[in-house]
Amino acid sequence: MSNYLYILWIPLLPLATFVVLGLFGRKYFAKSAGIISTASLLTSTILSFVAAKQYFFVDGKVNGIYQKIIALKYTWLEFSPNVSIDMGVIVDPISVMMLIVVTSVSLMVHVFSLGYMKGEERFATYYAFLSLFTFSMLGLILSVNIFQVYMFWELVGASSFLLIGYYFNKPSAVAASKKAFIVTRFADLGFLIGIMIMGFYGGTLDIGLLIQKLTSVQSPEFLSITSASFLGASMLTWGLTLIFMGGAGKSAMFPLHIWLPDAMEGPTPVSALIHAATMVVAGVYLVARLFPIFSMDEAALTIVTYVGAFSALLAAIIACTQTDIKRVLAYSTMSQIGYMMFALGISKNGGEAGLGYMASMFHLFTHAFFKSLLFLGAGAVIHMVHSNEMKDMGGLRKLMPITHAAFLIACLAIAGIPPFAGFFSKEEILTAAFHENKLIYGVALFTAALTSFYMFRLYFNIFWSKDAAAKAHSAGHDHAHDHGEGSWTMKLPLIILAACAVGVGFIPFSQFITSDGAALETHIDMIFSIAPVSLSIIAILLSASFYKNQNTKSDKAVALFGGFYRAAYKKFYVDELYLFITKKIVFPLIGQPIAWADRNIVDGSILLLANTTAKISTAIKGLQSGKVQNYALYFFGGVIALSVLFIYIWK
Amino acid sequence: MNEIPLTHILFLSTALFFIGMYGLFTRRNLITMLMSIELMLNSVNINFVAFNKYLFPDKLDGLFFSLFIITIAAAEAAVAIAIIINLYRSHQSIDVDDATEMKF
Repeated sequence: MSNYLYILWIPLLPLATFVVLGLFGRKYFAKSAGIISTASLLTSTILSFVAAKQYFFVDGKVNGIYQKIIALKYTWLEFSPNVSIDMGVIVDPISVMMLIVVTSVSLMVHVFSLGYMKGEERFATYYAFLSLFTFSMLGLILSVNIFQVYMFWELVGASSFLLIGYYFNKPSAVAASKKAFIVTRFADLGFLIGIMIMGFYGGTLDIGLLIQKLTSVQSPEFLSITSASFLGASMLTWGLTLIFMGGAGKSAMFPLHIWLPDAMEGPTPVSALIHAATMVVAGVYLVARLFPIFSMDEAALTIVTYVGAFSALLAAIIACTQTDIKRVLAYSTMSQIGYMMFALGISKNGGEAGLGYMASMFHLFTHAFFKSLLFLGAGAVIHMVHSNEMKDMGGLRKLMPITHAAFLIACLAIAGIPPFAGFFSKEEILTAAFHENKLIYGVALFTAALTSFYMFRLYFNIFWSKDAAAKAHSAGHDHAHDHGEGSWTMKLPLIILAACAVGVGFIPFSQFITSDGAALETHIDMIFSIAPVSLSIIAILLSASFYKNQNTKSDKAVALFGGFYRAAYKKFYVDELYLFITKKIVFPLIGQPIAWADRNIVDGSILLLANTTAKISTAIKGLQSGKVQNYALYFFGGVIALSVLFIYIWK
Repeated sequence: MNEIPLTHILFLSTALFFIGMYGLFTRRNLITMLMSIELMLNSVNINFVAFNKYLFPDKLDGLFFSLFIITIAAAEAAVAIAIIINLYRSHQSIDVDDATEMKF
């Protein structure tokens, strides 16, 4: 077994950058912060690729099965012999895969931000926060202990909060950051309870040990957790569902998705990094990490499946109606994560039936590239147009050719058109769904068509539609003379990510990452692919006829759907529902009585105590006269009283 | 020769004690108060010696105790006088009624 200890440097470098830039950035590195941070992350990225090469091609495989290697484990807090909080580094297929995804997307975002955030007043702070996020995400990936996961999970949430609220003098950004934090924090409460349940019944917090104990049907831990039940479900189901609740919160699954669209208030590169490629897939990663345990419990997996599929469908429908381009991308992210979730949900552990697991990880991998590309492309567009609204755009293809090409590639990739990356991973998911559950397959197919429709609605609205020259004229100035397409630092990441969006689909993913570590033979069945691909193409053509040139067809379609369209445009009133529940039910019926009790009973009893003390003190303070002879008198009085007491009463 | 009864001596010491106490409570001059305390200490000394002589004539504990008390009284007088001098320096007076800052 070779030494993987150098992996420790991958998260520690961004941490060092965060500390240095956070403490001294604004004073000493106000201009050079971006370069420093990018250089340190470049080192991390190179190390991750070295680690991946070593693991996948040199020594990760023993007898054809990829091993789990614990490169480092340090017991930090020990509660009892088995229950301890450890800090460690795990090396296994999914963690190495995530290392690659996180470091490379983060690197692209760092480079892109060099141009995008140039001239910002808090430039160094921005890079410090980005480094903090990268550190936390890498720590989350490498966790060996479920509590270590939880700590980094919260760190990721905190850095996401900081970055969403980066423009802190914009009220909507502040509100969005608070919303994101509160919603995910609420979900994390479930996660914490889930950890407690697992730790209590499993007798350990170590992920490897927990999996080992809870997957053997005869073990006392497994028997105790399945025989204990609460409200008709076993504790295993409860624990896993609550852990999934944490994952659903981070991954913006229905009904905890409401924070993600608002999170788009942050700078666009941040959205590309956190709210598209890395943090939001942490929930999927968590379920994948604990997948052997999930596969022991049918009920929990069913919940994962249906929550994922419903979120995918709901988000796709909403995405068709939104006009803010970043919000469209946010809902599309949610929809794609829903795909990954239900792919995990329908999977089994090991062998051929583990196709869903592999497909989910594959989709996570490809999605990270094309979705961050879409966001960075959108960022370049926003940088030029200074608006998020579709109506302010149109006809940009001549003005920004590179962005246009990259965006088109990303759209084709997410629509699942061969030979782009999304096609391969989506095919795997659809195949897995087809074999396991026909209803889910239907939903997935319909969602795939919707995805193509709204992505190309976005594409045509930005780059085609109106005539750019006329538009620029009407706006009173010419975009092309503003700052063109941006500096090379903004174009380079687009080009690299576009290359990835074309290329990563050809990686024989099933050879590397499967639920049991053994290679899985998969093949794309041509006959099977006809349905999804042709549906996608039809959707694209429909979209083209609606939006390529300005016409009234889309308005007619809107009129056709009427109320349904308005409901989708209002995001199916989920936000309003939450507001209604909190403002009309939770606050008056629970919050206010508790506040009353707090003010009057809890505070009241303390105040009573304090006031009584004060009154008694005022009454007797005359005793402290400052006259020595008075004190002597009290003293002798006391002595006499005591003598009387001892002589006549107590004998 | 008739021995003086114990009660006489106890009466003397009690009288001395309460004279000292009366002085302690009524005088305002610190040196007089110190003298009153000495009176009270001496009344206790008389008690020790008397009880030793009348109840345990073959032992010397009471005498030793009274010797101790005399020694401590001397030390106490030295300390008290030092305090009084400091008080006089800060207040230009040794009247207790002038030193009443330490109150509520």
